[in-house]
Amino acid sequence: MSSAVRQAVSVALATGLYGVSFGALSVVAGLDVWQTMALSLVMFSGGSQFAFIGVAGSGGSPGAAIATAALVGLRNALYGPQVAPLIEVTGPRRLLAAQLTIDESTAVGTAQRDPAAARAGFWWTGAGVFLLWNAFTLVGALVGDSAGDPRRYGLDAAAAAAFLALVWPRLSNRTAQAVAGAAVVVALSTTPVLPSGVPVLLAAAVAVLVGVLWRSRPAAAVTDAVASHQSEGASVRRVEEPGS
Amino acid sequence: MKGAVLWLAVVAAGVATFAIKLVGHLLPRHWLAKPQVARVAALVTVALLSALVAVQAATRGGHVVLDSRLAGLGAAAVALVAKAPFVVVVLVAAVVTALLRWAGLP
Repeated sequence: MSSAVRQAVSVALATGLYGVSFGALSVVAGLDVWQTMALSLVMFSGGSQFAFIGVAGSGGSPGAAIATAALVGLRNALYGPQVAPLIEVTGPRRLLAAQLTIDESTAVGTAQRDPAAARAGFWWTGAGVFLLWNAFTLVGALVGDSAGDPRRYGLDAAAAAAFLALVWPRLSNRTAQAVAGAAVVVALSTTPVLPSGVPVLLAAAVAVLVGVLWRSRPAAAVTDAVASHQSEGASVRRVEEPGS
Repeated sequence: MKGAVLWLAVVAAGVATFAIKLVGHLLPRHWLAKPQVARVAALVTVALLSALVAVQAATRGGHVVLDSRLAGLGAAAVALVAKAPFVVVVLVAAVVTALLRWAGLP
């Protein structure tokens, strides 16, 4: 087995396994087993799937759930330009490549040095995660279906922990940490006055504001420039380290 | 959301997420390869996930509610600092919260 394929298999195993927690939490959030499977098959992006069930489970509107899932998935659009030149596919296989373009396949594919290894890394990771993620989602959904009161087993806290684990590796720089703090304050302070699901979207608006304003301040201090440079370096490193 | 409405939302969100992935493969490369676009997208993900942590851990039915979930979340953070895998982090939060509730806390 080439090292790219070995990496792909280990990443697929680790990622697939947490499909169990998604399946269980999705059923606990009120989706049935089929709806849960539809999310893993069609949406196939962990962060977006957890976001959807998080908003749906707390009584959010369909619009808020769809918008939150789509916004969490925005980063996948940025992986396309990195992945497309590596795999060079045309026609219907582009649709397959697009569906398999997620954090893990992009990370393993772009981390390889030669083109053949990059292609193997992307496809093996994408296909491996897809198979295992869906298989373990089904296991989790069936387990969750047989669990009684979710609060008794602390499953509401488990959902919060899942979001924390998803955001954790993205908090490597000051800007991200500041945005995370602001998002928490915005979400909690507006929860009593806004419909469920909207406070989360409002937090995203804060991020857009920070991301845009950051650039448009030419008088920004040198420390800002350094921090921004470091943050870009950190995000590249993150993509290059599978499973981090 | 229930039944048909929930199904519609599941399908619509799935299609939207797929379309976003496809756009990345079809658009000219330089359109998305701008540092500012990457920065905004990264921060949007951070903001959404952080807000979801807060809402999931500290609200219920439109109110801020502080209970055993926070202890579970704290335990999850400790597990993350110790570089525990995802599944362990999630389990630790569930177990700590379940134990506290079993002991009679809210």
